[in-house]
Amino acid sequence: MILPPAFQDWFARRGWQPHPHQLALLAAQGDSLLIAPTGGGKTLAGFLPSLVELARVARPDGYLENGKSGRGGLHTLYVSPLKALTADIGRNLARPVAELGLGIRVEDRTGDTGQGQRRRQRVDPPDILLTTPESLALMLSYPEAPAIFGGLRRVVLDELHALAESKRGDQLMLGLARLRRLAPGLRVTGLSATVEDPQALAGFMAGTASVEIVEADPGPDPDIAMLPTARPAPWSGGGGHHAIPEVLAAIREARTTIIFINTRAQAELFFQALWAQNDENLPIGLHHGSLAREQRARVEAAMAAGELRAVVATGSLDLGIDWGAVDLVIQVGAPKNVKRLVQRIGRANHRYNAPSKARIVPANRFEQIECVAALEAVRERDLDGDPRGPGPLDVLCQHILLTACAAPFDADALYAEVVTAGPYRGLTRADFDACLDFAATGGYALRAYDRWQRLMLRNGLWQLRDPRAAKLLRMNVGTIVEAEMVRVRLRGRGGAPLGEVEEAFAASLTPGDSFLIGGRVVRMDAMREMVIEVTPDPSRQPKIAVYSGVKLAMSTQLSHRVLALIGDPARHGALPEQTRDWLDLQARVSALPRPGLLLSESFPHAGLWHFALYGFAGRNALQTLGLLLTRAMEEAGLGPLGFLSTDYALLAWSLDPLRDPSPLLDRARLRAGLGDWLGGNAVMKRTFRNIATVAGLIQRNMPGQRKTGRQATFSSDILYDTLRKYDPGHLLLRITAEEAGRGLVDFGRIEEMLDRSPRRAHRMLDRVSPMAAPLLLEVGRVPIRGEGRERLAQIEAAALMAEAGLEGIA
Amino acid sequence: MSGYAFDFHALRLEARASGALWWPEGGWLIVADLHLGKSERMARRGGPLLPPYEGLATLERLVAEIAALQPRRVVSLGDGFDDLAAAEALDPQVASALSRLAQGRDWLWIGGNHDPGAPAGLPGTAAESLMLGGVALRHEAGPGPDISGHFHPVVRLAGERRRAFLLGRDHLLLPAFGAYTGGLSHDDPALRALVPHGLAVACGRRAIALPVGPRR
Repeated sequence: MILPPAFQDWFARRGWQPHPHQLALLAAQGDSLLIAPTGGGKTLAGFLPSLVELARVARPDGYLENGKSGRGGLHTLYVSPLKALTADIGRNLARPVAELGLGIRVEDRTGDTGQGQRRRQRVDPPDILLTTPESLALMLSYPEAPAIFGGLRRVVLDELHALAESKRGDQLMLGLARLRRLAPGLRVTGLSATVEDPQALAGFMAGTASVEIVEADPGPDPDIAMLPTARPAPWSGGGGHHAIPEVLAAIREARTTIIFINTRAQAELFFQALWAQNDENLPIGLHHGSLAREQRARVEAAMAAGELRAVVATGSLDLGIDWGAVDLVIQVGAPKNVKRLVQRIGRANHRYNAPSKARIVPANRFEQIECVAALEAVRERDLDGDPRGPGPLDVLCQHILLTACAAPFDADALYAEVVTAGPYRGLTRADFDACLDFAATGGYALRAYDRWQRLMLRNGLWQLRDPRAAKLLRMNVGTIVEAEMVRVRLRGRGGAPLGEVEEAFAASLTPGDSFLIGGRVVRMDAMREMVIEVTPDPSRQPKIAVYSGVKLAMSTQLSHRVLALIGDPARHGALPEQTRDWLDLQARVSALPRPGLLLSESFPHAGLWHFALYGFAGRNALQTLGLLLTRAMEEAGLGPLGFLSTDYALLAWSLDPLRDPSPLLDRARLRAGLGDWLGGNAVMKRTFRNIATVAGLIQRNMPGQRKTGRQATFSSDILYDTLRKYDPGHLLLRITAEEAGRGLVDFGRIEEMLDRSPRRAHRMLDRVSPMAAPLLLEVGRVPIRGEGRERLAQIEAAALMAEAGLEGIA
Repeated sequence: MSGYAFDFHALRLEARASGALWWPEGGWLIVADLHLGKSERMARRGGPLLPPYEGLATLERLVAEIAALQPRRVVSLGDGFDDLAAAEALDPQVASALSRLAQGRDWLWIGGNHDPGAPAGLPGTAAESLMLGGVALRHEAGPGPDISGHFHPVVRLAGERRRAFLLGRDHLLLPAFGAYTGGLSHDDPALRALVPHGLAVACGRRAIALPVGPRR
């Protein structure tokens, strides 16, 4: 297609010139993937082919395509990871639609859409429907799906790079495979920010045909540097509070600033610290995923209206609405991976072809090194990223159950459809059948009863045994599994909601305790039915709410860069002076880790022996290594009491010193430990909980009730332990092991660390080394739950008994 | 060994680390809230298909306690079954294990809110409640002194959630013995009302006593 005259005029009237990549997408014959920086008119590029087609159909003198008689039915489906984005796109599309006189209907359909609107959309769909992966999965689970989507011509997938990073993307691709079957000839356009491997992303979204990749001009290099600070970064921690005066100065000079911080807890603290020194009362807001939706919406609206000078945000603002006025991005804390840093930088200055401006504030000494390494990578346009694994089977289990909600299905036909989805191209029939068996019967080795049947085979087709089960399954659509959260609201009737905290944190509170949420200190008054009631209490020293969410590990490529920088004193000139001195001292007292050499140290501190290993393998892998290593230390009788891991190093403490770590770092020995001991670990249990929830073994939502943590429900850990004992070959355990191996357990990176470090050096020191010192200050200690743990419990209970004057009662 | 011995209204009792209560003088073993057949009940009602192993897991622990203590009488303190249909549809493996266990000893099923009435086709006899000395045995705590189940109490100790006995002046509450059971925190208002002051005995590898009541 070429741009019709009416559209050329419209561009001209607005004083615009169509971008080359917009025209390229219009000309594309089949499926296409646009890689473009923000501000490049990406969304309009995605919609332009739809608008042109709809305009043609709108004119009686136009070229009616494919014999399709006039208008009617859904033409284009737009899918975005964010609900907020669908509303925003709706508003943005309204303008060209009105100015071009297209007279087409654009509506959104998300979790927030009312029942009436949903019903009407099923009977009379709009021309363009804007939705999310979860809402699409839900719509596809209704018997009307073939009627709604049968005439669909185009699909636009926005922020595809972000969707591809999680199971939401896998679910979306399964839905897309369904759409392609329901609507043959469907054309799909993916829109993505800059990624390291466009070919891989194209493969992800592809059906049976190939995808044309359109890469827009990436624009000029960003203006990016470290933010110089008067006070040096502290030894440890992630606050970045030493830089508050400089951050405030930068906010003052810019028009609008986004300050990205890696965790919600740190964002709360940084926001509070900013306001403590914000003498000019610059309007600064806070935005993160644990704040109440109303609060976030207020901040977004204020931002869009240009009322805020800055917003402190977490990954919650990584995607979303383009705020043209943002001209500065400040990243507080190490970015952990280069690609995300580049994408965040792109949030500044959404004018195409103007350089983005970004400043980085390393929060501690290790992060200073990481930031220098990341800046080098940005300048060299060396993006990182780990290849995507195959489509996860828990998502497929959910897909099979939802398929049965729509209509009885034939297993062969469903398998044939599923393997046209990019992530599932390599799916074996055996794995598909295992998922089908799980969906149908639970997939247990012990098959004693006919009641274990959700799906039954009748006349060659699989269908729900009890059609009423569809309601429950639809209520549990989706692949996002949140930690159990407890809502926080102000005390009193109709008290304003403030946000959510994790249940485990809530359990640690007693009435009278105060904590920080939404930038203010509140006192807990009462907890009832999963709601904490609070009153503002600015005078108190708060506890810090814990949001354990997924902690992003430093990417492999970035850790290599960091290690190379540390190991080469000739390059230390790029580092701030105090960091240089610190590394110098380390080289004199002990040694510097460097590529090819794995350095470890043992030293006494505070009455215990400590063992530090500088593995640079990311926090997940080092956490796994910590679990395996302390187990070996327990077997060796060294009395390990705990450990902690960072992206750079592992620190374990014990009663006796570890004098020679090399036998414990034997690869075969480590791998053997994975199976039996790690299997019972909390990391695996957390992974299992997510998988069991996605696969439909645990249901998050039940009709008419909210799970209350009361005696009616029990923890997924019990299911995990039971399966491990009685059905170790169960599908969900297999999926758990595979997923943990790639994600939280990350054993691959332990092996990578051993492979790249043929030489080992172990130093016995008489005191803490300079490099280990910051580790001692880190939080996130993992206790060892062995015999020692049991002794601790007895000691704690005995102390309580003594305090209560109860010793010797029994 | 791994139990915690205490006196309750002139009875010498032992809270076992397994969650069972042992009365050595009369040779009674008392367990609460086995919830056998829970996965079957959920599957029957069109819910999630939970692993059908909770009966085996629960009985395995009960077998170990019976082997260790050789009780003359076993008392299930209510909710032995997730519902009466679950009792009737019990996995044959579990049912035959139960029969073996009941041989040569008295077996009493006290009715609970999930299983009011006698389970058909299983060994043992049913009762509403029962007296042990001056103490009533019933499913849900009533006028004390009594020994009861129903609430599935738990405590937090050294960062872990553990099933626990709650021991107050008038009431002794047992933890749930069943594998697929959740828990209610000892400081929930419902439990506070029954045991405002007293001891919790946490289960696990060992039975560990700790005080409960108003915060220090």
